[in-house]
Amino acid sequence: MTTLLEVSGVSVTFDGFRAINNLSIQIAEPELRAVIGPNGAGKTTFMDIVTGKTRPDEGRVIWGEKSVSLLGMSESEIARAGIGRKFQKPTVFEDQTVRENLAMALKNKRGPFDVMFYRRTRHAASRIADIAQEIGLLEHLPRRAGELSHGQKQWLEIGMLLAQDPRLLLVDEPAAGMTPAEREHTTDLLKRAAKTRAVVVIEHDMEFVRRLGCKVTVLHEGSVLAEGSLDHVTKNQEVIDVYLGR
Amino acid sequence: MTTQDTAPDIAPRKSFLAANPSVLWFLGALGLFTLCVSVLAEGFGLPVLSTSMVKILGMTLCLCLIAVAMDVVWGYCGILSLGHFAFFGLGGYAIGMWLMYARTEGIVIDSFENAPIPPTQTEITDAIATQIFGVVGSNDLPALWVFAHSLPLQLAMVVLVPGLLALVFGWLAFRSRVTGVYLSILTQAMTLALSLYLFQNDTGLRGNNGLSGLQNIPGLLDVPQSTLALWFFWASALALGLGYLLFAWLVSGKFGSVIRGIRDNEARVRFLGYHVEHYKLLIFTLTAIVSGLAGALYYPQAGIINPAEIAPIASIYLAVWVAIGGRGRLYGAVIGAAVVSLASSWFTGGGAPNVDLGFYVINWTDWWLVLLGLGFVAVTLFFPRGIGGLFDYLVRAK
Amino acid sequence: MRFTALFARVIAIAILFACSVVWRPGDAVAQESLQSVLLPHKAELSDPSRRTIGPVIASLLASDHPAISDFLRKWEAREVYQRPGDGLFFYAEDTGESLTLIDIDTGEAMGQVGSREVDQIKPNAGVRREVAAALVPFELNAPDPARRAEALEAIARSADASQIAPLAASIDSEPDADLKARKHRLLALLTAQFGADKADRLAAIDALSGDTSIEARSVLNQLTARRDAVAQTVPENANIARVLMVGSDITPPEAHDRLVANELAPPRQTATDLRDVLAQHIVDGRVGGVPLHRLNTVENRAIAYEALEAAGTVPPRAAEDEVARAVAAYVFYEEYREPDPDITNAAEAALTATSRMLGIYQTLDLLLDGVSLASIFFLAAIGLAITFGVMGVINMAHGEFIMMGAYTGYVVQLFVPDYTLSLLIALPLAFAVTFGAGVTMERLVIRHLYKRPLETLLATFGISIALQQLAKNIFGTQARPLTAPDWLGGAITLNDIVGISTIRVAIFVLALIFLALLLYILKRTRLGLEVRAVTQNPGMAASMGINPDRINMLTFGLGSGIAGIAGVAIGLYAQVTSEMGANYIVQSFMTVVVGGVGNVWGTLAGASMIGFLQKGIEWFNPSNTLAAQTYMVLFVILFIQVRPKGIVALKGRAAGD
Repeated sequence: MTTLLEVSGVSVTFDGFRAINNLSIQIAEPELRAVIGPNGAGKTTFMDIVTGKTRPDEGRVIWGEKSVSLLGMSESEIARAGIGRKFQKPTVFEDQTVRENLAMALKNKRGPFDVMFYRRTRHAASRIADIAQEIGLLEHLPRRAGELSHGQKQWLEIGMLLAQDPRLLLVDEPAAGMTPAEREHTTDLLKRAAKTRAVVVIEHDMEFVRRLGCKVTVLHEGSVLAEGSLDHVTKNQEVIDVYLGR
Repeated sequence: MTTQDTAPDIAPRKSFLAANPSVLWFLGALGLFTLCVSVLAEGFGLPVLSTSMVKILGMTLCLCLIAVAMDVVWGYCGILSLGHFAFFGLGGYAIGMWLMYARTEGIVIDSFENAPIPPTQTEITDAIATQIFGVVGSNDLPALWVFAHSLPLQLAMVVLVPGLLALVFGWLAFRSRVTGVYLSILTQAMTLALSLYLFQNDTGLRGNNGLSGLQNIPGLLDVPQSTLALWFFWASALALGLGYLLFAWLVSGKFGSVIRGIRDNEARVRFLGYHVEHYKLLIFTLTAIVSGLAGALYYPQAGIINPAEIAPIASIYLAVWVAIGGRGRLYGAVIGAAVVSLASSWFTGGGAPNVDLGFYVINWTDWWLVLLGLGFVAVTLFFPRGIGGLFDYLVRAK
Repeated sequence: MRFTALFARVIAIAILFACSVVWRPGDAVAQESLQSVLLPHKAELSDPSRRTIGPVIASLLASDHPAISDFLRKWEAREVYQRPGDGLFFYAEDTGESLTLIDIDTGEAMGQVGSREVDQIKPNAGVRREVAAALVPFELNAPDPARRAEALEAIARSADASQIAPLAASIDSEPDADLKARKHRLLALLTAQFGADKADRLAAIDALSGDTSIEARSVLNQLTARRDAVAQTVPENANIARVLMVGSDITPPEAHDRLVANELAPPRQTATDLRDVLAQHIVDGRVGGVPLHRLNTVENRAIAYEALEAAGTVPPRAAEDEVARAVAAYVFYEEYREPDPDITNAAEAALTATSRMLGIYQTLDLLLDGVSLASIFFLAAIGLAITFGVMGVINMAHGEFIMMGAYTGYVVQLFVPDYTLSLLIALPLAFAVTFGAGVTMERLVIRHLYKRPLETLLATFGISIALQQLAKNIFGTQARPLTAPDWLGGAITLNDIVGISTIRVAIFVLALIFLALLLYILKRTRLGLEVRAVTQNPGMAASMGINPDRINMLTFGLGSGIAGIAGVAIGLYAQVTSEMGANYIVQSFMTVVVGGVGNVWGTLAGASMIGFLQKGIEWFNPSNTLAAQTYMVLFVILFIQVRPKGIVALKGRAAGD
């Protein structure tokens, strides 16, 4: 296990409100990590910083073996470096088919001219089929993504993440709005993915986190309150006070 | 990033045209239309369609081409550009400069024919400058006209001027992530600045006189206008066909998938690792170039170009055509441009009969814009898919 | 002749001076009759000549007779008649067929005479000038202040050295403070120009430094007037302003032209001349041995000409090197018309100070212009900013609401002829009309399109073209007047440079009122609170029991209503046409975008920036408003690069990134 992502001493302020306060987190590869915390603890902002959407006021974000700083990079560069992100609300391209959605995400050259002269290959087709199989949408490939159910859209988005073949997956509340059966499927998906890469899951639902059975980081007011197994952090008095006690 | 695989797909790969039957339908219809017009045209022998009618149809085809470009940039990529007619005008100006220069050169050389002493090059250039710029009180050829003597160079300008303007403007705008309504206003401001610039007498393009006499093609002065009209009609039809094919190919594949993704959710595409700005810039510039080419074909048929053509309102009309025809489908743009621009010249040209209401006579010359405006509101409200959307109903009915 | 006239004038002045010293206004003493005063000079008066009239006038004026100046004035105006029989003078009224004689002493009618019976005295132009010149200083002391003021203006119109003494003499006795100040000032101007004593002149010039009035500037400009000159060496006694360097201050052809103008060099041969000359010497298809078809270059033409020149057929011409040599042989310089360098130096220094003051005043004027333009932009854009900010809706028909307001004003004036009253009716009525139109549009069209902002832009554009054409159909294409009441007609001027028309002040005040009103509505009222709530978070606002539908409707009505009032204001100083709205719409958009969306202060900042900028650019290039607008738009495009969210940007999550 080597360190893949190192966030250290990061702070960010919105209009005087400190959303992230001297936050430091390390993610190894492969690893499955759950990040929990009450509303406004800075979970989503943490993802925004890692993916380049928000620029921190101070601190460092270091990536990979070559220890590249992510701070100067654009969102798309960070994505190409191997960080995939799934948003809280399922955001798939509803006007396009499931296959087109996956094809767009599939790891390939991203330049406009590469894409313009891209030719479909058997390898790519089989890879799409594999992923569709994995997320349970094989028979839905020709359907418009907008016609899928909420849970299916969530899976499609996870599938798109997998198709990107990233080294780090940031997943924001994947189980929101899912039926128990769907949740179980999602848990399996994430666990499988985490065997070969780093997966960070933001989640509110304790049951879901328990099922993931991984290391848990508790955020509070923009910094790490506790870290360890779920049992360990739930026994922490501070955590109980600020989060679980409510 | 090295997982690209070049092994062929086993499934029989459909050719592009087979996968997109609507393109074939369109090309067929265009070909048939061209054939009909050619046979019926005055220049061919049957005087059913007058030369001016052939010119109007040829110009309409050019408008259809720019509408297709507009559809790609707006309907597919989601950039509501209110500046593409400016690119169209720039293309027209670029070709118009050569047309006007070369023709004036011919006239000037003829006028020196009987001079006792042959003219020097400077004398010829001065005479041309006086001929062209006398109306704005100048006798010098502006620096802008340095390439005007050469058709190949001016043709390069047709591509380069709109292309570079779009590239620079797009780079500035997309780079600072100006999107949506803001981008529309910014493109409108660009168009306004350009037309104001051209309206000035001292900027070297004859101010509000514009360029005129463009229907006379130097070197082809012996060819009757009826034949020229037909040639330009064919060129316009060919350009529309090729442009349609190019854009249909562009928007059908993975590239089309990406730009539609940008239209629907720009941020998501960015997080997939695509450099959204590059895509937008490419589309913006490419469509600007096609618009310039359409303009370069349009204005020799119109015969005159002036800054009023570039005014911001023209670009808004372009958006109106595309919206009425139906966004996000190329044939919709063609239908919209053709229907609205032809209806427009029918109504305002006095072709439509007046309606006598008893207490008031509706004269369509006065009321067409009211009808168009309200009709457009109705289309936006009740038929957001435009006329092209009707095809969906037909297809579904089958 | 000239000297005699001058001599006569000097005498006249001297006598006048003497008499004006003893003159006391209101010294009404019993006088002998005017007729008898005139009697000794009967001959000179009836047949005046310029040579002799000077002393006559002087002695007449010296008589101190109260009616003498009136007489001279009428005499000069050819209104005096003489009866040949007794040689008496009369005034007369021409009643067509005959004349009514009027006694010059009593002013009583003396009965009718035929025009043949009396001789009209017709002094010639030279004499009349003498009289006028002699009268002006005399009038300076006239009892009637209006006449004294006229005399001052007459002096200012045609100033010369002779007026200094009488003017100076009339100052002490001047009872009117205002006139006294004007006399002092005029004296200073005259002294600066014509003063006999150099120290006085220098002091007077110095006093003019920084004075921005047109008279003071014209005096200084006259003192520093230059003339272009050329000589072989710079003359020593001349008052040289500057020596021109050929090449940098003056181009060689210009220099040569100056030599030609002074007949110091032969004219250059133009290309056309050369061609014409060559054309006259075609022999067997050749000119000077060069075949015709090769004469299409300048070089070959020169060869041909030189061949002709060598053969003696044509005169030698000034070739390039000859031109250069001629130019090199002379110095080109500017010299002052005023010979005394001390005077010109002082005047130049004073002029520099004046230009500095002028610059300050012009800047002030520019600022006022900027303020008024900014007010107009603010009024035009604020309604747009409200609808855009609160609802995210771009209303392309906003300009047409401005137009509707202006036409409302026009229609009101058709029915209410009193301009003040009609304005008072038009303002609220325009608000009501456009408020109604805005609410109707919101209900019928816009509320169906809240999810599709780009389509609102297009739908409102459709409404815009329909409304514009409708206005054209109803009111015609020609411009309609919207007349401002008289009390708004004038201008407020600080001095010759700084001024602003009252109507623009009124628009500024109107803009201020609207700023205050909007701030009040948004910050202090329930409606404002709800509007802000809907702006920041529509979903949350709805769940708090605010009806976003109602708020949107009211906001849109409010924005449109303000556009209507702006229309009345704009119509008052510009003309009302169906296209007037379209002229403001793009500027309004830019104002909103530059200022930052959803904020009254932002719109104010945007309007100020665009207004001042446009005036500023126009100042650099005053001849070309189009160019100014072009640069302005380019600036806006670049500005958006630096601040994509405008000057006053919402930050954080509210910005809806």
